[in-house]
Amino acid sequence: MTTMATNDTTTSSTITEGPRGWAPSVPTPEDPLKWGDNFPTAAARTLRNTQMRRNLGHATRTIRDKRAMRVAEMPDWEQLRLAGSAIKNRAMSHLPELLEQMEANVIARGGHVHWASTGEEACRIAHSIAALKGATEVVKVKSMVSQEIGLNEYFAERGINAWETDLAEMIVQLSEDMPSHIVVPAIHRNRSEVRAIFKARMEDAPEDLSDEPPVLTAAARAHLRKKFLSAKVAISGANMMIAESGTLVVVESEGNGRMCLTVPETLVSIVGIEKIVPTYQDFEVIAQLLPRSATGERMNPYTSLWTGVTPGDGPQEFHLILLDNGRSKVLADPIGRQALHCIRCGSCMNVCPVYEHVGGHAYQSVYPGPIGAILTPQLRGAFDHHDPAASLPFASSLCNACFDACPMRINIPDVLVELRHRAVEAQRGGIPSFWDVAMKAASVPMSKGSRMGMAGKVLPLARVMAGPGQRFVNLPWPATAWSATRDVPAPPGQTFRAWMAERDKTGSAPSGRGASGRGGACGCCGQGGK
Amino acid sequence: MRIALFATCIGDTMFPQAPMATVHLLERLGHEVVFPDSQGCCAQMHVNTGYFPEAIPLVKNHVKTFEPVLDGEWDAIVVPSGSCTGSLRHQQEMVAKAQGMPGMARRAALIAEHTFDLSELLVDLMGITDVGAYFPHRVTYHPTCHSLRIARVGDKPRRLLQAVEAIDLVDLPEAESCCGFGGTFSVKNHETSSAMLTDKMANVLSTKAEILTAGDYSCLMHIAGGLSRARAGVRAMHLAEILAGTRDEPWEAPTTTTRLGA
Ligand code: SF4
Repeated sequence: MTTMATNDTTTSSTITEGPRGWAPSVPTPEDPLKWGDNFPTAAARTLRNTQMRRNLGHATRTIRDKRAMRVAEMPDWEQLRLAGSAIKNRAMSHLPELLEQMEANVIARGGHVHWASTGEEACRIAHSIAALKGATEVVKVKSMVSQEIGLNEYFAERGINAWETDLAEMIVQLSEDMPSHIVVPAIHRNRSEVRAIFKARMEDAPEDLSDEPPVLTAAARAHLRKKFLSAKVAISGANMMIAESGTLVVVESEGNGRMCLTVPETLVSIVGIEKIVPTYQDFEVIAQLLPRSATGERMNPYTSLWTGVTPGDGPQEFHLILLDNGRSKVLADPIGRQALHCIRCGSCMNVCPVYEHVGGHAYQSVYPGPIGAILTPQLRGAFDHHDPAASLPFASSLCNACFDACPMRINIPDVLVELRHRAVEAQRGGIPSFWDVAMKAASVPMSKGSRMGMAGKVLPLARVMAGPGQRFVNLPWPATAWSATRDVPAPPGQTFRAWMAERDKTGSAPSGRGASGRGGACGCCGQGGK
Repeated sequence: MRIALFATCIGDTMFPQAPMATVHLLERLGHEVVFPDSQGCCAQMHVNTGYFPEAIPLVKNHVKTFEPVLDGEWDAIVVPSGSCTGSLRHQQEMVAKAQGMPGMARRAALIAEHTFDLSELLVDLMGITDVGAYFPHRVTYHPTCHSLRIARVGDKPRRLLQAVEAIDLVDLPEAESCCGFGGTFSVKNHETSSAMLTDKMANVLSTKAEILTAGDYSCLMHIAGGLSRARAGVRAMHLAEILAGTRDEPWEAPTTTTRLGA
């Protein structure tokens, strides 16, 4: 039994008992924010995982439909979205004051506040607290931020086991995988894979474990219960921080998070600075947007709010670690900063056709999908085209489904385009790429009608080249990428421009047949004109 | 009405049948169509690929060509392409602003207010959904992402199609999902794009339609390019081509144009 996800990628292959029934997908990377290849390369790999594609297609379709149903019930959905976006706008423009207010309120209620500018710093603070308590294991509430900073690995290297208690996150951890989604981390697994993972990796898995969801959850519950009762320290993130009262909020659907937040003696919450809202009333708006967007629920089954410490009830020691890790840099960007409005509902992933096909691992970051494509490169400050993160803004067909789905009205497509622009600018001056040359060359004829007309002169030649089938099946690089799976029609023998000019010259009434030389005037158009 | 036609670069050079049919249709309905021939491209490809400075001459040319609409020279500008309509409405202003040209951004935005996708021109401005067309074929309609979510044409194209006499209009399953074209996306991320296309093609084939239509030739080129490779026997036609013909006068694209997907 492996106890922790480690950097040892060979562990998975040492499991010998029978056919495994699941494949370990991604070994723990060095930088969870961005690892490995650029997007096209990683996507080409994940696209070949047919099991994952099936699992993912099924899951995203189900969540999509549920979300659509729950959103349709809300007559004021658009107003809520506008309110949500306004709240975050205001919060982001008063971020320093709000954070100080938060800090003062947490301290006033008996908590401790730490500021961490990097992930490493946050890990160090959290670890020193756990170590001081003599903990050898801690329980964790599912938290994106702790994944972003590689907290589990940091703890493991220093002899503390950090147990994920969210069911899906636990599946991912047991299988030494990386999450594939921010709300549904094990979205790429089906239940028979989950059964196989439990059988292979959960020391107290029952012998007769079936792949029925209730059986699987019961096994997980029994497994986790022991951890809750023995752990002295819990680590959490937060969905929101409310500045006016110093309150933190966690929403979840299993109650395992609440166990972590109430049973252990010490609670350490690591929260990104952008998670702040000014007032309780603001929380109310987001609490309506989040569950419907995330899983199509009217309300989260568990919403936990805690403020400092309460003697005799819950953790008696509370630490809040406020994490920057690149966020203030993003805040300084007038267009890209809206990425900080994200409430991590995962809605953009569930509607994204690119995500649906390639899955979360293709983005090679704990933040996949559309939001990952704008957040990851910004947090990393990666705009240079040599950085694999700079390929992420191009990982979208700009179909705009993410913008419509985002409860916070983050204009992801606009930010994607802006980041593409930055990637292009970052490489100017070097050896021009194919795209540099093509875009420059295309800009000339396309900006002038007279030159577009000249383009028409080469059409007949291209038509001859296309052959009698009138389609291209093999184009030179880089259009090969297109013609590998798609035919390209031969261009027409005459441009529209030329047809129009001929028509005006001959004064013939318009007809679709005009250009074919099969005669001009047709009766139906006699009444043309004003 | 006197209507200026923006044929779009792909309509002008690759699929002239779309603007031709637009002219034919609008004239049949008794309107005058003008083609300002200094027009070029809306700049969508440059903007979406991140080449902002290169997009500027295109925006400039478009603004110069179509500015007369602001003086009442034409009643409207029509575009037989949802994505170009979206780009004119959204991206020209954005890119001009980003490149520090607020004056041009404003002019582009003003012109965009007079710019309509063909379906919007017919339904919203002219108030007609039945254009008197006759088309006795089994057809399925792909709404295209940019028509739907940038130009926001809504169900207007569908309503126009429903009013066509003798048409057998069948719903396309998962109609609103992207076909995977996305301009240069289809080359830069061709494996992903092809995977998306495969699903779209499967949905098209499931309808048993003989014709796939849309208000945008770029998406049609993509889907029909895949269908053609598969020798699937589904042909692509622009919405305007279906609306152009009547029972007495069927519209047929000139033989010099290339049919897609047949
Ligand atoms: S970007 Fe919007 S839709 Fe995507 S996870 Fe964040 S809040 Fe949800």
